[in-house]
Amino acid sequence: MKPSAFDYIRAGDLSEALDALARHGSDARIIAGGQSLLPMLNMRLAKPAVLIDVMGIPGLDKVRREGDAIVVPAGVRQAALMRRPDLSTKQPLLAAALPWLGHYQTRARGTVCGSAAHADPSAEIPLCLVALDGEIRLRSRKASRTVKAGDFFAGMMVTDKGDDELIEAVVFPAARPGTGHAFKEVARRHGDFAIVGCAAVVTADAIHLAVAGVADKPERRSFPLLDGSALSDALNAFAWDLDARDDFHATARLRRDLVRSLGRETIAEALSCRA
Amino acid sequence: MSRLSAATRHRVAFTLNGRPVSLEAEPRLLATDALRHGLGATGTHVGCEHGVCGACTIQIDGAPARACLTLAVQLEGRDVRTVEGLSPAADRLSVMQAAFRRHHALQCGFCTAGILISLDAFLREQPHPTEDELREVVGGHLCRCTGYTPIIRAALDAAAQLRDAPSLPEPAHV
Amino acid sequence: MRPETITWTGQSVERVEDAALLTGRGRFIDDLGVRPGTLHAAILRSPHAHADILSIDAATAAAMPGVAAIVTGRDLARLTTPMVAGLKVAVENWPMAVERVRYVGEPVAIVVAQDRYLAEDALDAIEIEYEPRPCVVDPLASLGADAPVLHDKAGANLVSDRFFRYGEPEAAFAEAAHRIEVSIAYPRNTGSPMETFGVVADYDPHEDAYEILANFQGPFSIHAVMARCLKVPGNRLRLRMPPDSGGSFGVKQGVAPYAVLIGVAARLAGAPVKWIEDRLEHLSAAVAATNRVTTLKAAVTSEGRITALDWDQVEDCGAYPRAPEPATLYRMHGNMTGAYDIRNLAIRNRVVLTNKAPTGLVRGFGGPQVYYALERLMQRIAVALGLDPLAVIRANLIQRGQFPYRTASGALYDSGDYAKAIDLAVADGRLAELERRRNEARAAGRRYGIGFAATVEPSVSNMGYITTVLTAAERQKAGPKNGAQATATVSLDPVGSVSVHVASVPQGQGHRTVLAQVVADVFGLPREAISVVVDLDTGKDAWSIASGNYSSRFAAAVAGTAHLAATRLRDKLAAIAASQFDVAPAQIGFAGGAVFAAGDATKTLPFGRIAALSHWSPALLPDGVDQAIRETAFWTPPELSAPTEDDQVNSSLCHGFIFDMAGVEVDVDTGKVRIDRYVTMHDCGRVLHPGMVEGQIRGGFAQALGATFYEELAYADDGAFLTGTFADYLLPTATETPDIAILHIETPSPFTPLGAKGVGEGNCMSTPVCLANAVADALGVAELDLPLTPARVAALVAAPEPARPASERGRAALLGAAKPGDRTLRGEGQAKVAAPPEAIWAMLLDAEQLASIIPGCHGVRKLSETHFKADVTLGVGPVKGRYKAEIRLSDLDEPKAATLTGSVSGALGTGSGSGRVILSAGEGGLTVISYSYEAAVGGKVAAIGGRLLDGAAKAIIGQFFAALARKAAPASARTGFFARLLGRRG
Repeated sequence: MKPSAFDYIRAGDLSEALDALARHGSDARIIAGGQSLLPMLNMRLAKPAVLIDVMGIPGLDKVRREGDAIVVPAGVRQAALMRRPDLSTKQPLLAAALPWLGHYQTRARGTVCGSAAHADPSAEIPLCLVALDGEIRLRSRKASRTVKAGDFFAGMMVTDKGDDELIEAVVFPAARPGTGHAFKEVARRHGDFAIVGCAAVVTADAIHLAVAGVADKPERRSFPLLDGSALSDALNAFAWDLDARDDFHATARLRRDLVRSLGRETIAEALSCRA
Repeated sequence: MSRLSAATRHRVAFTLNGRPVSLEAEPRLLATDALRHGLGATGTHVGCEHGVCGACTIQIDGAPARACLTLAVQLEGRDVRTVEGLSPAADRLSVMQAAFRRHHALQCGFCTAGILISLDAFLREQPHPTEDELREVVGGHLCRCTGYTPIIRAALDAAAQLRDAPSLPEPAHV
Repeated sequence: MRPETITWTGQSVERVEDAALLTGRGRFIDDLGVRPGTLHAAILRSPHAHADILSIDAATAAAMPGVAAIVTGRDLARLTTPMVAGLKVAVENWPMAVERVRYVGEPVAIVVAQDRYLAEDALDAIEIEYEPRPCVVDPLASLGADAPVLHDKAGANLVSDRFFRYGEPEAAFAEAAHRIEVSIAYPRNTGSPMETFGVVADYDPHEDAYEILANFQGPFSIHAVMARCLKVPGNRLRLRMPPDSGGSFGVKQGVAPYAVLIGVAARLAGAPVKWIEDRLEHLSAAVAATNRVTTLKAAVTSEGRITALDWDQVEDCGAYPRAPEPATLYRMHGNMTGAYDIRNLAIRNRVVLTNKAPTGLVRGFGGPQVYYALERLMQRIAVALGLDPLAVIRANLIQRGQFPYRTASGALYDSGDYAKAIDLAVADGRLAELERRRNEARAAGRRYGIGFAATVEPSVSNMGYITTVLTAAERQKAGPKNGAQATATVSLDPVGSVSVHVASVPQGQGHRTVLAQVVADVFGLPREAISVVVDLDTGKDAWSIASGNYSSRFAAAVAGTAHLAATRLRDKLAAIAASQFDVAPAQIGFAGGAVFAAGDATKTLPFGRIAALSHWSPALLPDGVDQAIRETAFWTPPELSAPTEDDQVNSSLCHGFIFDMAGVEVDVDTGKVRIDRYVTMHDCGRVLHPGMVEGQIRGGFAQALGATFYEELAYADDGAFLTGTFADYLLPTATETPDIAILHIETPSPFTPLGAKGVGEGNCMSTPVCLANAVADALGVAELDLPLTPARVAALVAAPEPARPASERGRAALLGAAKPGDRTLRGEGQAKVAAPPEAIWAMLLDAEQLASIIPGCHGVRKLSETHFKADVTLGVGPVKGRYKAEIRLSDLDEPKAATLTGSVSGALGTGSGSGRVILSAGEGGLTVISYSYEAAVGGKVAAIGGRLLDGAAKAIIGQFFAALARKAAPASARTGFFARLLGRRG
């Protein structure tokens, strides 16, 4: 289990990375924390000709505030975001979800943007981005653009990102007063990819529920403030709409059941902690 | 920008357990192979090469990292710590190592280096760990021999000792 | 001579092994240096469950940088003979496929190169043409008349069918008030040690001798199998083991075929060759425990007393009945009645072959499969008769006064007090509190259950038990096999320090520590004074076929044999001291590092003086003492006799006892099970080191927890292996593994030198069924098979599902329903294209047009009007690979319909699928393209990327049809519906 050969480019600044991407396109991969890419290299599922390491680019490892939003650039490790003391107040959903992301050891290396780029349909960061209606900032040598999370994730490990683009940052809108957040997940073991993960954002007049692990990508639905059987019906429709699949770890039936039951619990918790 | 070509070996220099080291590495050389076979630091073991088992966990600049998910070239200029650097002297055990021995927290010893490295990093962040926190940290490792409870007991014991007497004299004799 | 003072034995001393392991100075096989010039091997493995190898083209690979040799099955067949198996059937057990592959992961070629990276590069360049055959993965299906036969010469997949009858089972069933049965399909799992296999081999062409270093664990009966396979006498296969081994749990017996393969590779490469197995290889092809289908019936009185058992076991040994199989099936033969006094017993044992990896030793070895059925049956009897489960267990126990107890099938249980053990467990484990918690939980509407399991843990296997698979006549012809030779050597050097060497080959069990304790007590020395070496070299150390670390034989047999060797040496030293002191040998004592004559304080000498005397002053040796330098003891228990003519066999020397109870709570929404409390009571005879015994119990429990809830080596119906990584084969971690309560009683074995019995495997036998019984009690269900995954548990009690909303129902009809285990990807869809059917038809038959439709195509060759070959690069996200593709068109109905059948193969695996395309003229010059397809993917990508795979196949199939539609009419708009359905799996 050893990788195929590749050239390794240590980008000194963003333009070097973008130039390399422009030149090599789909033959190149960005390496940041490496926690998703390296297993694929070792198994030779991926055989890029060029790796572009962005972790040496100055400034990419600093989380910053832009207005209400939390902007997380490409070099920020998951552990660094998790350690921010204001996370539980500024973005309680992330604070609740990040401890479920892999393990202490992988969070210490893995980056937030790397998880978004990998686009695993069970992953917590894409789920939170979709739940919060966050954004992905893409940049190529020629242009920059911003994509809504709901449009960015396109399928199993497939995103809207072009071969010459890198994720410069992801943007999490800050929690608004009067909004409640909750995250819940069921996995085979702690730290495993979720069988179903639920993230709920409840505002004064709407429930937003995002679900990971069921469809090919995290999916979000918004309802008015329903409860009782109306909420059950909405969750049931959502559950069926996701076209859950059987796989080795869980059945489609359990996934639908969890959308209904865990989804409901997540919404209830978000309601209860509405500030 | 530096570009390291796939076909050739490149000098990679970093600090290993406090000492400067260097080796020649192709870009694709894994840090596990570099440490073990390039530098002879065979205490870091390889159990899965896909980042799950945790046997190869090392510290890079003080933070835990799966060496199997790290390229040797990524170690350039870093401060790397492995199990060989945990004990205060060749004939001594660290407080944590001694606690592991006392609690029978290892059997075959293959996974142990990674667990010691993770606990060492975590206790620096959190000197007052709860059992649940320790279970979560150790949860990033697979051990097939012990059933984990002795590891957790050893870690709780060592954490208490380190809190009570941070400059505790190390157990005298290996 | 005075009896020894027990100072060390029985103490939980710190282990001598640990300091090195804790500081990174262990010496595992991959930590050791190798000779300069040593080459590295990588193994190419089959992506097919069953296929003929038509050709192997290694020319490109052989020319790649650093490649020294490529070894194929043909080379292997030239230099070796098939490995001998325990069964007398016409099956050729090659360690690498010769003409046909029979399981996913089977070795088909070895690349030997300067380093592992270069070797793996060359693996990707070897081209193998396979002709797939139908395969069978289900053991019952493999018995069917129409099942594909794995080994033509054997004629069928059923390779052994034996009936056994003890007492009068038919009469007991005829008279029984109740007949109660359970049916179990026990899954495949494995020990999964954290260190994988490793081999370093060298070959001397002049002596025709192999020297092989491997982290093999024994039994060394397999040494004979390896030597014979390599076509050398045993003394030309020098097998060495490294000082440390990173766990085994039985599994490292399975390195044997690789020792052969790497030996052959070294011979062909003309240089030493090293191979370290990777985790993917390990999970797919190292060693699995057998999966087994069992029907167990009991004849029961109204009071719950069992008068007879009737076992029907179908054992699945995978693709090859590799030695020592079918040992998993027969290891328990003597104790098929468990802890119970049941005199009437019928057993039918069948061994079948399927297209899965071969099986072998895994901790528990046959016990998990047997006790899961037996103890589920006990619980079912209680439920069926309205009795307390514990009362049913108690009513059937063998009583204290019956030991040594001869079971119906011939085991001689050495000692025990089962009723007392259960009474203590119930009291000290606080069963009453568990029952109270169950009542409270149930009153609150939660699902809480209590489970029990009583099991007899056999240890120190009889090397003859496997021959029970043969008929008495066949056994007579082959000569009786029996016993279990253990060996230990104790030696004294010229300064009188003591060294011990044993052939126990530990993988972390602390043998060095225990042996130091035992031998130190014999000589009255501090334990630190004893040096113990446990790595083994068959070229110069004492060993025999039973050597090694398996069947929990260390404490019972090896430690006892070391005691025997040390005692012999001590008795000689006593004779020497007696002559020096001029006293009777009986007066000599050993304590505190001194040798002394009791009652005379002047007559004492340091131990070293007496111990070194044979080196320096042999002339002073008294009559009758040849030397006191080195004693090698061999010990085999007389109780381990060969199977009798009526098939009774004492399959193991020692029989420990375990009684477990568990309280669990089931969350019916998530299907997850929380263990509230787990209590395990053990009687393993005399405890030599309490800390290590506890370690064995905890480790066994954790492994059993995995078997219960998490672990399965899973195969799809098409033979694809699905659990090739630690992200799919799930070992419990610290967050899943609860603390447990461990209790002991001691009834020493009268058959072992120290009174100890094995303890390492018991919880693998007792825990899965104890937890399953608790879940069954919580949910009130009768049938449950392992692993108890959330989906499986939730399904046991799931209410009818809320219906799909009406708005969704239209789509549902398009999505076919897959049956469990069927990994076929299915989908269908349609598109409207602004081109006539004839134009689309022409595209499908045109090589150049196809080249632009097939995703990632590098060019198409037309072999006939309807048969094309192509090179393609397929990928999703970062996952990309180059494949050879073949496309055939059939069932042509020009220009209305055609069937496209395609297959791809490459380093990442194989895929095949077929789709029916129907073209119908619509309004306004539009053609409606309707299609449906089925596809299946196998090989590496199926084993390691199960989650990824569905998405990848979907996307690729989608790309094909999207390109077809685009090519046919570039401007035509696909329906949104079409886009959504591309590749959609049913």
